[in-house]
Amino acid sequence: MSPVEQPRTPRQDDGPADLADLLHAMVRIRVAEETIGDVYRDEQEMRTPVHFSIGQEATAVGVCAALRREDLVYGGHRCHAQYLAKGGDLDAMVAELYGRRTGCAAGRGGSVHLTDLEAGFGASSAILGEMIAVATGAAWTFAEPFDRTEGRLGRIAVTFFGDGASEEGVFHESLNFASLHRLPVLYVCENNQYSLSSGLAARQPAGHSITDRARGYGITARRLDGNDVVAVHEAAREAVRHCREGRGPYFLELDTYRWREHVGPNRDHEQGVRPAADVESWMRRCPVRRATEALRATDPGIDARVATWTRQARAEVNAAIDAAKASPFPAVSDLLTGTYAT
Amino acid sequence: MRKIAYFQAIGEATVQAMEADPRIVVAGQGVDDHKGVYGTTTDAFARFGPARVRDIPNGENAFAGIAVGAATTGMRPLVVHTRDDFMFLAMDGIFNLAAKWRYMFGDRGGAPVVMRGIVGRGWGQGATHSQSLQSLFGHFPGLYVVTPASPSDAKGLLMNALRSEDPVVILENRGLYELTGEVSEEPFTVPFGKGRIARAGTDVTVVAASLMVHEAERAADALALRGVRAEVVDVRSIRPLDDALILESVARTGRLVVADTSWARYGLAAEVAAVVAEHDPGMLRAPVRRVTLADCPAPVSWPLEEAFNPGAESVLHACLELLGEEPGNGPRMEHVMKGFVGPY
Ligand SMILES: Cc1ncc(C[n+]2csc(CCOP(=O)(O)OP(=O)(O)O)c2C)c(N)n1
Repeated sequence: MSPVEQPRTPRQDDGPADLADLLHAMVRIRVAEETIGDVYRDEQEMRTPVHFSIGQEATAVGVCAALRREDLVYGGHRCHAQYLAKGGDLDAMVAELYGRRTGCAAGRGGSVHLTDLEAGFGASSAILGEMIAVATGAAWTFAEPFDRTEGRLGRIAVTFFGDGASEEGVFHESLNFASLHRLPVLYVCENNQYSLSSGLAARQPAGHSITDRARGYGITARRLDGNDVVAVHEAAREAVRHCREGRGPYFLELDTYRWREHVGPNRDHEQGVRPAADVESWMRRCPVRRATEALRATDPGIDARVATWTRQARAEVNAAIDAAKASPFPAVSDLLTGTYAT
Repeated sequence: MRKIAYFQAIGEATVQAMEADPRIVVAGQGVDDHKGVYGTTTDAFARFGPARVRDIPNGENAFAGIAVGAATTGMRPLVVHTRDDFMFLAMDGIFNLAAKWRYMFGDRGGAPVVMRGIVGRGWGQGATHSQSLQSLFGHFPGLYVVTPASPSDAKGLLMNALRSEDPVVILENRGLYELTGEVSEEPFTVPFGKGRIARAGTDVTVVAASLMVHEAERAADALALRGVRAEVVDVRSIRPLDDALILESVARTGRLVVADTSWARYGLAAEVAAVVAEHDPGMLRAPVRRVTLADCPAPVSWPLEEAFNPGAESVLHACLELLGEEPGNGPRMEHVMKGFVGPY
């Protein structure tokens, strides 16, 4: 087998990413999640509740491709795409889903507690809104002179969260603090319109966007199509520059849609949870398909390359699954290890 | 008598209480959706609609205070948290307001908020989605805290809560939801502060709450095969605790095991041991044993998760140890949650 070609995102400089690279990264994440979803459903061996980002890949990929490795990303429960887009180790993520010692959290945390500090993925967690505050705190560190002296000039913190999490008090308190102290934090709201099965209309007043609320705290904010990876990437580059230059926090609201049920590998619109027409219309706006179509005009070979990337990603994730299954579980005698520093 | 599942008993109590009292309003994230909080709010929503079964935004912190504001002005809010872990965000409203309202404002009225919190269990729900908070809630005067272990108590305690003049926290273990049992179709209440003897015995007392009552009963079955008669006391109510029932049982058996799904330190198990020690330590013919969680956060990896959670086997071992028998001789017993695959 030829060595797996890796998408060249995230980049290590601040230049714009090629659309082909962005597409490649999205294809890899899509295939990884779909493959994991099938195996999760069929085997029932990954004993951890999993929230898929299938259909939402452009947000994570577009934003993370604008970051440097040393920038730290924080996510919520729906965090696989963000972890992978930031360069998180796929093998370690899959091993974590299987609860193995080789998992990124040593089998302790599960699907919603990913971390890969080498790749600049700080942490994700399952209590809504928590990481909005944590990313704000990381940005506080990054604004301090001592952080610069370590040769990590102008790191920024980024946090992804849903429209639902923006309703928590911690969202407001964090934005207030970040704006007050002009912290280098990029808030990325992935607005997929739903919190569990509750639509936005049941949860937030009509006619006022989450972006408006961020602006209310004096934060520069933009709302855009989160399924357009180029638009997301360009907006993210502008936002990152703003944060890095010390001009304070930045807020992006990215409109997107999840294709699967809230938690688990199945579709939910067959059960009438969401209007099937909505799901289908959003599926037609698939970020992977749109990026492919945009490239086709100038790059007639793109479909063949997507097919190759798909095959490679499948092989890569299958290898990760095999490796995870061959790895040991944590020893029961180590149950308490990690409760305190030793 | 008719048998129904634990989740159905909660749903039935909700509907019957709402029929009797128009001031009761159910509020929680997704209480109106197709899952109906594991089926517990489905009937109430079908019957009373969105005006009285209200989906709310994600804002536990403010909502606890909102519920206090509503409760102190005439509403009877029943707030539902699909995980009690989310109630950490609500604690200011619960502890600094609801629990103190009556006392702090000179006993001119209480804050009759009822909060249901579901304790997650199984399928690697991990550190922040499977915590049992009875010990924490039990610490605060002014709150009632109950942990129904049977379908009948799930109904009776909820109906009692919805008639209470003071705030109540009800903790329901997810592992109990499909459990069936006899439940009266008529509305009825189970008073707070009254435990029950789930299984009579003479040799050792196992005091337990919630899911651990069932683990203790399974352990008692295994002990019975060895000629040991264990008594299982279901506390039902954490605050107030039925001291008298516990003391009366331990006075007869002389041996005490406390089984709980919260941690040992500063927990329910410590409290039960203290009640006995304070009353008459001379009753004990052997030291007290606490069967609780391992002293770490909940791990996800399933072999760790199995080792972390107390179960029938650990109760059995503790009992045998107090009776001076080799714990190693007990049978291997699987956790009650074995085979659980959600929905979580
Ligand atoms: C404090 C808290 N409350 C409730 C929940 C339960 N919960 C988990 S995910 C979720 C929906 C969140 O919606 P959103 O933030 O929009 O993210 P999405 O799932 O759409 O990606 C809810 C209510 C939780 N995990 N934490």
